[in-house]
Amino acid sequence: MAGKRYLVGIFGDEDIVLEAASTVRQKEVKIQEVYCPYPVHGLDQALGYDRPRMGVPAFFFGLTGTTLAFLLTFWTLGWDWPMNIGGKNFIPFPTNIPIVFELTVLLASFGMAFTFFITEGLGPTAKPVIFDERSTDDKFAMAIDLSKNKISDEEITQILKDAGAEQVNVKEV
Amino acid sequence: MSSVVSPIREHLVTNGKTHHDVTEDICRHVEAKPTKEWKIAFTISLIVLVYGSFWVMRTWWEGLGVWGLNKTVGWAWDITNFVWWVGIGHAGTLISAILLLFRQKWRTSVNRAAEAMTIFAVICAASFIVMHMGRPWLAYWALPFPNTFGSLWVNFNSPLVWDVFAISTYFSVSCLFWYIGMVPDLATIRDRATGIRKTIYGILSLGWTGGAKTWARYEDVSLILSGLSTPLVLSVHTIVSFDFATSVIPGWHTTIFPPYFVAGAIFSGFAMVQNLMLITRVVYKLEDYITLEHISLMNKIITLTGSIVGIAYITEFFIAAYSGVEYEKYAFLNRATGPLWWSYAAMMTCNVLSPQVFWSEKLRKNIVLSFVIAVIVNIGMWFERFVIIVTSLHRDYLPSSWTYFTPRMGDIGDYIFSFGLFGTLFLLFSKFLPVINMAEVKAVLKSSSERKPGDKH
Repeated sequence: MAGKRYLVGIFGDEDIVLEAASTVRQKEVKIQEVYCPYPVHGLDQALGYDRPRMGVPAFFFGLTGTTLAFLLTFWTLGWDWPMNIGGKNFIPFPTNIPIVFELTVLLASFGMAFTFFITEGLGPTAKPVIFDERSTDDKFAMAIDLSKNKISDEEITQILKDAGAEQVNVKEV
Repeated sequence: MSSVVSPIREHLVTNGKTHHDVTEDICRHVEAKPTKEWKIAFTISLIVLVYGSFWVMRTWWEGLGVWGLNKTVGWAWDITNFVWWVGIGHAGTLISAILLLFRQKWRTSVNRAAEAMTIFAVICAASFIVMHMGRPWLAYWALPFPNTFGSLWVNFNSPLVWDVFAISTYFSVSCLFWYIGMVPDLATIRDRATGIRKTIYGILSLGWTGGAKTWARYEDVSLILSGLSTPLVLSVHTIVSFDFATSVIPGWHTTIFPPYFVAGAIFSGFAMVQNLMLITRVVYKLEDYITLEHISLMNKIITLTGSIVGIAYITEFFIAAYSGVEYEKYAFLNRATGPLWWSYAAMMTCNVLSPQVFWSEKLRKNIVLSFVIAVIVNIGMWFERFVIIVTSLHRDYLPSSWTYFTPRMGDIGDYIFSFGLFGTLFLLFSKFLPVINMAEVKAVLKSSSERKPGDKH
């Protein structure tokens, strides 16, 4: 994958990078991504990303859990092998509510988490591109894919520096 | 916005720490060779674990006869220890989930260790379930397997089956929550490491890079997980209380049990977190991250929940008297004045009276006292479960079968085992994984830290 060139602007403060994200984009520079050591609220809006909607997979996986739990409890004790337990109803309602609740939470949590891992490409075998190792410590790295920008390198470097970048490095991936 | 500094709140991070200092202070312990103190503590934990394992082996080899149970008291230390550990295991998820929903920033310094503690406490609790199954090799019969596997389908009307589902769901979701929270910090360690360590932490950090889009989704995931974990954590101890409340034993058959058990669980869990954090902050020199303000806030919750259980104890008595049921009345009278009165007195003193000292701010910020009270609270909470379980059983409907309960070495040895297991796991965690959530502390640093004069922020 040689040949892809990036400019990496290094910022030292969350408020500066938050402003820089807007100003750099206003100058028609396309930002690949900003890598941060901790979440900066508002940065995703500044970069023009959609609001995250992890609640959607959580809801549907949760609904699956609810359905499976009802099927499990009704089918096992109601049809497959009905047992007379203290004269109680064969269809265990509402005594199956704890089971239904737990399985709903279990599937919603794991379903959402694995959706997150898959959409973000996270996994034990993932080979991440790290633009600057300090971006997991105390610096913010703004990566700009030069092949996707029509503006010259020097101009982008100047724009980044004007926006408050401490350094601008070239990185080939 | 993040740069607003509150003039009334106390600083959560003191001594002008920068973002880089946070990384250094936390990673140092993961990267350095184990200290002498750690090795000594780990050796002691292992010895305790091995000694306890001997007793667990005897329990399994000889059967439950090694315990002090008798024909009247058929459930004693085993279930007391189980409920005690599960209760302790409530603080971690409570701190990270409920305090996240309430936007309590002070959780950031304590949530990681509290979640780890939760997981280890639940493992200890689960070990008591397996221990008192009698035939632990058939433990899988608690799961809904088809009848051809040996047993019948499990009985979904039984609170013990609910327990299996509740505890295993709680354990899995807590592990998930803990691990997802740790991924960004593992990436920090990866980016500082070299050689084999870089490979190991590279695998563990799942290729995290910290892109803004990933962070936004990550925060969304954390928030939804908190929303899911909050009712989950409340459901777990509710269901544990159903083990007793759905029976018809006087003293157990009470509707107050679910909220009362949950309050007690939070109470003992916070006390255990307090103990562990007070040790960790000294051993790892984290006084700037776990400040007197944190200790004081923890103590406030301990006092609040301690008072809630106090009200529950009194309410139980009132309801028993008011019910007009002779057996119910006797169960409670016997609890407080019968042959096991000393355990009731221990429970009342440790749980209701001792945390009241924290009404004074000076005492709330006293480290030694906080530690001592936290230990006392956990002793008290152990007695609470012992009181509920044993005093309700030892005098049943037939006075000729009334007995007393005395533990035997089997009971004590199995309890010792759980301490060895807990200590070993916690020490391994504190050595190889970041004990403080670096990313979250960094995120609140700008708004909640004490800056040196002349800093530009």
